[in-house]
Amino acid sequence: MTELMPAEGVFSLIWLLIALPLAGAVVLLFGGRRTNSWGPYLGVLTVCASAVLGWLMLLAMLQNPPEERTFDQNLFTWVSVGGFQADMAFQLDQLSMVFVLLITTVGALIHIYSLGYMAHDPDRRKFFGYLNLFVGAMLILVLANNFLLLYVGWEGVGLASYLLIGFYQYKHSAAAAAKKAFVINRVGDVGLSLAIMLMFVTFGSVSFEDVFGAADQASEGTLNAIGLLLLLAAAGKSAQFPLQAWLLDAMEGPTPVSALIHAATMVTAGVYLIARSNAIFDLAQVAATAVIVVGVITVFMGAIIGSAKDDIKKSLAGSTMSQIGYMIAAVGLGPIGYVFGIFHLLTHGVFKAGLFLGAGSVMHGMNDNVNMRRYGALRTVMFITFITFAAGWLSILGIPPFSGFWSKDELIHAAFEESVLVGVLLIIAAGITGFYMTRMFIMTFLGKARWEDDVHPHESPKVMTIPLIILALGSTFLGMALLFWGDIESWLEPVVGFESKEAPLSTAATIGISLAAVIAGVIVAYVMYARRPIPIEAPRGSWLTRAAREELYGNQVNQVLVVTPTLVAAKAATSIDAKGIDGLVNGLAALVGAISGRLRRYQTGFVRTYALSMVGGAVIVVLALVLVRAS
Amino acid sequence: MNPSNYIILSAVLFSIGAIGVLVRRNAIVVFMSVELMLNAANLAFVAFARMNGNLDGQTVAFFVMVVAAAEVVVGLAIIVTIFRTRRSASIDEPNLLKY
Amino acid sequence: MNVPWLTILMVVPLAGSVLVAFLPKGRGLLAKQVAFAFSLVTLALTVAMALQFSADSAERFQFVESHPWIPAFGISYAVGVDGISLVLIALAATLVPVVILAGWNDVDEGSRGSVKGYFALVLVLEALMIGVFAATDVFLFYVFFEVMLIPTYFLIGRFGGPQRSYAAVKFLIYSLVGGLLMLAALIGLYVVSAQVTGTGTFDFGALVGLEIDPDLQKLLFLGFFLAFAIKAPLWPFHTWLPDAAAEAKPGTSVLLIGVLDKVGTFGMIRYCLEIFPAASEFYAPIVIALALIGIFYGALLALRQHDMKRLFAYSSMSHFGFITLGIFVFTTQGQSGSVVYMVAHGLSTAALFLTAGFLMVRVHGSSLLSDYGGVNKAAPVLAGFFLVAALSSLALPGMVSFVGEFLVLLGAFERYMWVGAVATVGIVITAAYVLRVYQKSMTGPLKPGLEGMRDLGGREVTSLVPIAVLTIVLGFFPAPLLNVINPAVDRVMSTVGMTDPTPTISSTGTSSEGSGQ
Repeated sequence: MTELMPAEGVFSLIWLLIALPLAGAVVLLFGGRRTNSWGPYLGVLTVCASAVLGWLMLLAMLQNPPEERTFDQNLFTWVSVGGFQADMAFQLDQLSMVFVLLITTVGALIHIYSLGYMAHDPDRRKFFGYLNLFVGAMLILVLANNFLLLYVGWEGVGLASYLLIGFYQYKHSAAAAAKKAFVINRVGDVGLSLAIMLMFVTFGSVSFEDVFGAADQASEGTLNAIGLLLLLAAAGKSAQFPLQAWLLDAMEGPTPVSALIHAATMVTAGVYLIARSNAIFDLAQVAATAVIVVGVITVFMGAIIGSAKDDIKKSLAGSTMSQIGYMIAAVGLGPIGYVFGIFHLLTHGVFKAGLFLGAGSVMHGMNDNVNMRRYGALRTVMFITFITFAAGWLSILGIPPFSGFWSKDELIHAAFEESVLVGVLLIIAAGITGFYMTRMFIMTFLGKARWEDDVHPHESPKVMTIPLIILALGSTFLGMALLFWGDIESWLEPVVGFESKEAPLSTAATIGISLAAVIAGVIVAYVMYARRPIPIEAPRGSWLTRAAREELYGNQVNQVLVVTPTLVAAKAATSIDAKGIDGLVNGLAALVGAISGRLRRYQTGFVRTYALSMVGGAVIVVLALVLVRAS
Repeated sequence: MNPSNYIILSAVLFSIGAIGVLVRRNAIVVFMSVELMLNAANLAFVAFARMNGNLDGQTVAFFVMVVAAAEVVVGLAIIVTIFRTRRSASIDEPNLLKY
Repeated sequence: MNVPWLTILMVVPLAGSVLVAFLPKGRGLLAKQVAFAFSLVTLALTVAMALQFSADSAERFQFVESHPWIPAFGISYAVGVDGISLVLIALAATLVPVVILAGWNDVDEGSRGSVKGYFALVLVLEALMIGVFAATDVFLFYVFFEVMLIPTYFLIGRFGGPQRSYAAVKFLIYSLVGGLLMLAALIGLYVVSAQVTGTGTFDFGALVGLEIDPDLQKLLFLGFFLAFAIKAPLWPFHTWLPDAAAEAKPGTSVLLIGVLDKVGTFGMIRYCLEIFPAASEFYAPIVIALALIGIFYGALLALRQHDMKRLFAYSSMSHFGFITLGIFVFTTQGQSGSVVYMVAHGLSTAALFLTAGFLMVRVHGSSLLSDYGGVNKAAPVLAGFFLVAALSSLALPGMVSFVGEFLVLLGAFERYMWVGAVATVGIVITAAYVLRVYQKSMTGPLKPGLEGMRDLGGREVTSLVPIAVLTIVLGFFPAPLLNVINPAVDRVMSTVGMTDPTPTISSTGTSSEGSGQ
């Protein structure tokens, strides 16, 4: 049982965690051109300050015993109507804490990196404004103490993501990708909205405390419905099947954005949502199973797409989808998996951010070319990027002792505890991960140079490489640190619960098998890409490759199932409106016009005709009177 | 004398006036026919006043005379103006106010 | 001391309009300044009045004035406000100065109507809008309801685009048909009140709770409801709106859709529900169905429009579907949400139409999406405001429209789960069409010919800032709105005799089990 602690001491500043980056965003976005020179530094500073504050809170939190680590800060009543009440209130507990640290720390590193990456962009003030907005919104998301406020953060990060994907607005593709991301996310938001409504109808409240506290009194059907709706929301935000189509297009945004939003933090919000709602999913078996299914499907979709893409960022995006699939599958496992889902989320947040920033560093040196077929041999010219990328590569592969090894291995082991099938599938996917990441690594850094003529690759400036180095250190050591020194299991246990079952496979066996699978993947990639020359033009490939290049036809499916029917309906509605309703209205008007056109013909202009009609009328009236009298 | 005779006379005069309005083309004659109808009405008013033994009808008759006089002034002016522009006093000629 | 606040609020703009109308010809600038000053004074007075409004007063109406007008028919000049009408009056008083400032150069001396004519009409309209929300005598309400048509007709018909006559006449005829039905129902209501109570009356307070025969009640309800449904406008009575909005000046469209149309939804919640509770309940399923159709129909049509102003008109139709839905689900959340939504929609519509107007001024008056592209490059401030307006229109959390929309959907979901669920899907289409406009007009490569486009000037920014600030501040802190709306809605709910559904599980106080087991 956790107690809600009043937010005192450093915890009375929970609001400031959010307010700092938001204030930065406000100054940058509304300050106009005056802030062009110093604005970006302000943006970096506010996020760094938030990060420092976050770490201070961690230290303070460690002073308290585990059950007294949930702090509650209620600022004011936000929306209150009838029985419905949602407060502007924040809750910092162990789960929020790790997210706060991930968001602010990785966010700060990416902000610093962006100082170099965006140095020459005329709109970089806006860029930093949007990034700050994102950090603020993401913090609202993870710190909210009720679902409605969480929704604000949820859409706030969606907005920041929209703005940043479309940052290069003058490109049609960027603007279209931004809209697509927002609209698909909105589908997920429908799920979140409905889940919140259903919670209110069921529990009479939308605060975490009330909902989770009373979850065991609700019927299983209701809980399953809430769980499935939350899953829909999570699928939208975390690019899980069937709402995965936006993430690859989202790579239109600047690379630091892809690193921060579309790899490390925002896309993992779905995992947070499910882990946060553990009280519901623990009791909703159908929904939990659906979570696992969605996660596993996406693990494979992402991995397959990542294996075929030649665009380094899209390949990484596929990998992100796949890795988040792992996390989603983990949190679907229930108390066995929550901890490891979050653990993997943290390590992934660090190593994937490092990989993306590494990719950005490569692009920076290659005139923003993203085609890996025109890379090669970059280890010679960008050594720091090469080393840091290698750390990320080994980490995502799960090679001991890199971070990814610990989290992924624990995750797969937990999956075996629940279901052998899921465990086996995740191991197979780990093999594919080995393949596509090695393929990327080889195509980029090894082999022969396939550069375009006017490209002169060079190492990036220090402001970019230092964050890379820090993230590489994280990719290497974070896993061990969290597991052995941070004791992540008992740290998160009070919030999400933790239990462990007898697994059919021993830990050592799991490690052995999954390492074997990964190494098999690596060898295949080595044989295919390092032993043979890489053609600059992509070969046609097998049907699977072609399908993967087309992102497994996700866009086409959306087009056929959703977009086209909507447009057809819109077209039908338009013609109903113009010809049906308005036609009726205008037709009525035309009818009146036609009748009066006929009637006016009787106005001949001859006075005596009028006189005759008057006399006739008078005669009729008189006759009528006489007849009435007579009868 | 039986007052109903006055009523009959009034009806006859009114009918003559009405037929005159309908069949004659000359504006002056039509105008005179209208006057005939008005006076037929006056006669009826006075006769009814006599029959009912009060003065209401006679009062109305005076109103009608005043209105008729005013109408003659305006009406004749219009007829004269039309005659000046069209050289004709036929009421079938000016039919511009149609449709 | 009894200050006749509401009468003053009507007299001030009226006096302003008379003054403006009698200014010598050719003094266009002076006319604008006088009109702006009077609208600001009205706004200041409204704020002063609102500050004295007490949210938890036992009285239904505050600032009440009542003087006999036509005693023979029980008609009096009676005004007063509750929370709902107060926020709508405040909305009207806020938007008029904004519209005047934004439309500073929309009318010039050379055009058909004179400058002073335009601004005088706007002020007359303001007085009437305040009157229509303040009236507590049904006949007085009807008079304001109908008289409002006159300045609106002239604002559309004299100062609009090429099809303005068509649009103005269409608007007038639609409204008159509705008004006529309402008049018939009004007379019927008077007769019924005479039969039931002995003396006929038009006093709202006396009409509430009148025992009306159910069948008759349905007929009378229809008379009122159709008038409001045309005004609001509800599907399928909407086709006047796109024409009127597209032809009118942006400022006129703002007042028309932002405030005038709210009279329809205001009338539903104030008159239809409270005077005819049984009939409202009887017709609720049909109204809800129409509202749902309207939500999707408007959104789908908005998805295909090429003209920005028509697009916003159809989107408004979709929003009015939400508002009507919230009213007729009979939950406090739904109805409070509807009123918040009315305010939010007023603000977002104003921002959308005004920014569209600013765009049009720069590109030869065209409102076709195809004439724009990449405006963000040339006029980033304009694009920024447009984005805020667009996000407010799609009810982004953090904006006041979200509070309204979410409460409406929640209220609907509470009462009829599937209705709420279906309506919620509408938010996806809303996002699609709103972002489509932004994408087509503001992003992409700069359209040739737009290179020299000016960004917003000081006057234009000044007119948009209050709207944007209100939208965001009220989004995070809607208490000032909700505090006055809630008691009024509670009264409506108790008059109608409905209560919110109770949660399946009453969890208050049972939260001893924390989130982590």
